[in-house]
Amino acid sequence: MKTIKTKFGRRAFIKNTSLAGGGLVLGFSFLNSCKPEQAKEMAVREMPKEWFEINGYLKIGDNGLVTIMSPNPEIGQNVKTSMPMIVADELEINWEQVIVEQAPLNTNLYSWQVAGGSRSISSSWQALRMAGATARHMLKEAAAKAWQVPVDEITAVAGIISHEASGNSAGYGEMASAASLMEVPEEVELKERSEFSIIGTSRKNVDGKKIVTGQPLFGLDVQREGMLIATLAHPPAFGMKLKSFDADSAKQMPGIRDVFSIKLYEDDFKRSAFHHTAFNEVVVVLGETTWQVMQAKKNIKIEWEKASDVTVGMTMFGNDMNVNHPAGLENTATHRSKMEELKARNGRIVRKDGNPDDAFKNAAKIIERSYSCPFLAHNTMEPMNFFANVTENHAELLGPTQTPEWMEPAIAELLGLPLENIDIMMTRQGGGFGRRLYGHFMVEAAAISQKAKAPVKLVYSREDDMSQGTYRPSYSATYRAALDAENNLTAFHIKAGGIPESPLFANRFPAGALDNYLAEDWTIESNITTGAFRAPRSNFIAGAEQSFLDEVAEAAGKDPIEFRLDLLKRAQENPVGETNDYDASRYAGVLELVREKSNWGSDKSGMHRGVSAYFCHNSYVAQVLDIEMNNDQPIVQKVTSAIDCGIVVNPDAATNLAEGGVVDGIGHAMYSAITFKDGAPEQNNYDKYRLIRHSEAPKSIETHFVDNGIDPTGLGEPPFPPIMGALANALYKATGRRHYHQPFILDKPPLVG
Amino acid sequence: MAKFSLNINGKTQEVDVDPNTPMLWVLRDHLKLVGTKYGCGISQCGSCTIHLSGIAVRACMLTVSAVGNQEVTTIEGLSENGDHPVQKAWLEVDVPQCGYCQAGQIMTAAALLEKNPNPSDSEIEMAMNGNICRCGTYVRIKKAVKMAANSES
Repeated sequence: MKTIKTKFGRRAFIKNTSLAGGGLVLGFSFLNSCKPEQAKEMAVREMPKEWFEINGYLKIGDNGLVTIMSPNPEIGQNVKTSMPMIVADELEINWEQVIVEQAPLNTNLYSWQVAGGSRSISSSWQALRMAGATARHMLKEAAAKAWQVPVDEITAVAGIISHEASGNSAGYGEMASAASLMEVPEEVELKERSEFSIIGTSRKNVDGKKIVTGQPLFGLDVQREGMLIATLAHPPAFGMKLKSFDADSAKQMPGIRDVFSIKLYEDDFKRSAFHHTAFNEVVVVLGETTWQVMQAKKNIKIEWEKASDVTVGMTMFGNDMNVNHPAGLENTATHRSKMEELKARNGRIVRKDGNPDDAFKNAAKIIERSYSCPFLAHNTMEPMNFFANVTENHAELLGPTQTPEWMEPAIAELLGLPLENIDIMMTRQGGGFGRRLYGHFMVEAAAISQKAKAPVKLVYSREDDMSQGTYRPSYSATYRAALDAENNLTAFHIKAGGIPESPLFANRFPAGALDNYLAEDWTIESNITTGAFRAPRSNFIAGAEQSFLDEVAEAAGKDPIEFRLDLLKRAQENPVGETNDYDASRYAGVLELVREKSNWGSDKSGMHRGVSAYFCHNSYVAQVLDIEMNNDQPIVQKVTSAIDCGIVVNPDAATNLAEGGVVDGIGHAMYSAITFKDGAPEQNNYDKYRLIRHSEAPKSIETHFVDNGIDPTGLGEPPFPPIMGALANALYKATGRRHYHQPFILDKPPLVG
Repeated sequence: MAKFSLNINGKTQEVDVDPNTPMLWVLRDHLKLVGTKYGCGISQCGSCTIHLSGIAVRACMLTVSAVGNQEVTTIEGLSENGDHPVQKAWLEVDVPQCGYCQAGQIMTAAALLEKNPNPSDSEIEMAMNGNICRCGTYVRIKKAVKMAANSES
């Protein structure tokens, strides 16, 4: 067996993995508490009498069964299956011998226990592999010692350790006890890609059986002895705050224990962007059951008042910033007119190459188009909720969060407890999409439990969830392209803005592919809170840019894929500028693959095709979307995706995720919006907020991955943004009309007559 | 508050609740059957789908007092060992992403196949349109429904 030698001295390894997401702390106490209880339903597997901890990621039973901890939050991206697969592969164990457990937050053992930035696999790739490889090595060392033979003559494959010359052989379980006492190796050998036996093979969701049989898995399913249920009332509009409340009649209702208000953050608390909430003071209803507290809430007489200007100082990844929430009750109509005003002005110049002004002056043809999108609510199917049990010296938190580590300081601050007295554990999560990066609901649950002196599960109603804020911002982008008399693209100008942030990525394609390029941005402050939504900023700008390029290609009389490939060729061979943040050859690679796989160019009559390609979160995705008109209704028949995200750990699950990105993108571009009247969102449940449904999904989706052996680069977000461009471009082919403003279902020409 | 004797998953269960309490919360909070999910509370998302006398209904707007002695089946009672053809197909196709809506999807699909063992694509879409999957697993759901249909016929 040929192996790559990765030089990590023991000290370096520990130091390195404490940064990169691993560790080898023997005797880790959390593992001691991991009783075989969790695996009870796996009756076919005989549980061991004893477990031996090899490192923070895994323990081996005396019968050879292996428990692998999955460190990151599981929000549907399937890391709870794919992260342990990586450990298991390097450990060399049959997947059938593996039991997976969700790890709690532990900053000593793991890092980046975050479901964000499509980074779970990429940031832990090395650490997960080293955890498995190190354990395998220690098993071999234990066998070498027991058999008194050289360790490099020993093999460990599929859970069996063998020494051919002496004829000795033992299962991992037999050596687990001795292995757990071995020195952690000075260096660890990782497999070559050709030796992977689990990575790159499709393995089913480890929670699949529990999901389809309705077992308790999610935060909302948490039940505890003596647990109370809490719900809360927040202001009905942004720009409002609590004045007073009268809960006398609500408190008399059956099952209601108390009604009180809580204040989350003191003015001087240095909060991070992930702690933020629009509504710092809320009214809490505490009772015995969910229905009772939801009913009692309707009976509280609450007076709200207008809030004044608020400036919140906060940090984001170490950078200080001030966020202004101006006073007032905002309206979508006012938002639109303000955006029009800013669009017409000069923006802040973020990047300028060459002389775009001259190029536009000398152009034979100028194309200018504007695009926009509304605010969106994340709408995870499982509404925000969290369980907290706060006692005098300890706090236990359990539930769905994408950022347990980042929320811990806010909880500690509120409770007045040191970090080490707070334990946070993640449940499986009914969707994330960025919403659960912002964990104010965890702090709320902790505050309520502390005040109630009882274990409490905080539950948001759908209406609370959808009207709380943390929305995808509303964005705008205006593009200009200059063509010369030969239809060459000579200059490109983007001016993008939004409420409250701009979606601009000034160094992304087509920057670098053109001599004359100008990127500007602008922003409008708001008291409506926003947050990261699957592929932040890319989730709008990809569709806008790719729609615009389609129109420019058409004006230039070129095939849309050829047109992009020509630009990418320039960016590859002779790039303009040094800050371009994409790899033009990988970009071109996915376009070439989608061209081949979709049989681009062999158009069938009645089938209308649109193409789009985008780079974000370190991965590249190109998509072709086919529409057929049926009684004037566009039906998405097929989507073909080509994806370069490096090595794919679990191909069928990755395909599922990519299919989801396609459906999610079509749905949001086509149907969804949050609008405001007098500060209040006009949609607060699915009767008014439209999400894509079965009959509106593509009839088929085909996904192809580029096989290039690059270490994994991320998949949760990249398939989502570009599909919006492919949809717009196919709609144009099908209907003859370009769609510029999301949701497309409302982007209709003005009535004439 | 009032006492109700309910027939749930073949067992008689007694609860003492407000007669207006939706079955969703009776199941989840009183009987600890949490497989039936809360998603919207207004019959728009289908996460809370159960069977009432074999018909798929939304438990979030079905009051406990309206149930009487009709048979209630929840995801926990759909099969003894999770081996209903629809559950098996769901595992085979590996449908779920986050998994939250899937119990509701399965209950709607199982009721559909009971009535119509060989549904067309558009019949599947029509029947399943009331069940939202925010992760976008619709293509796999349809594949699994068809697989279950074929395994039953």
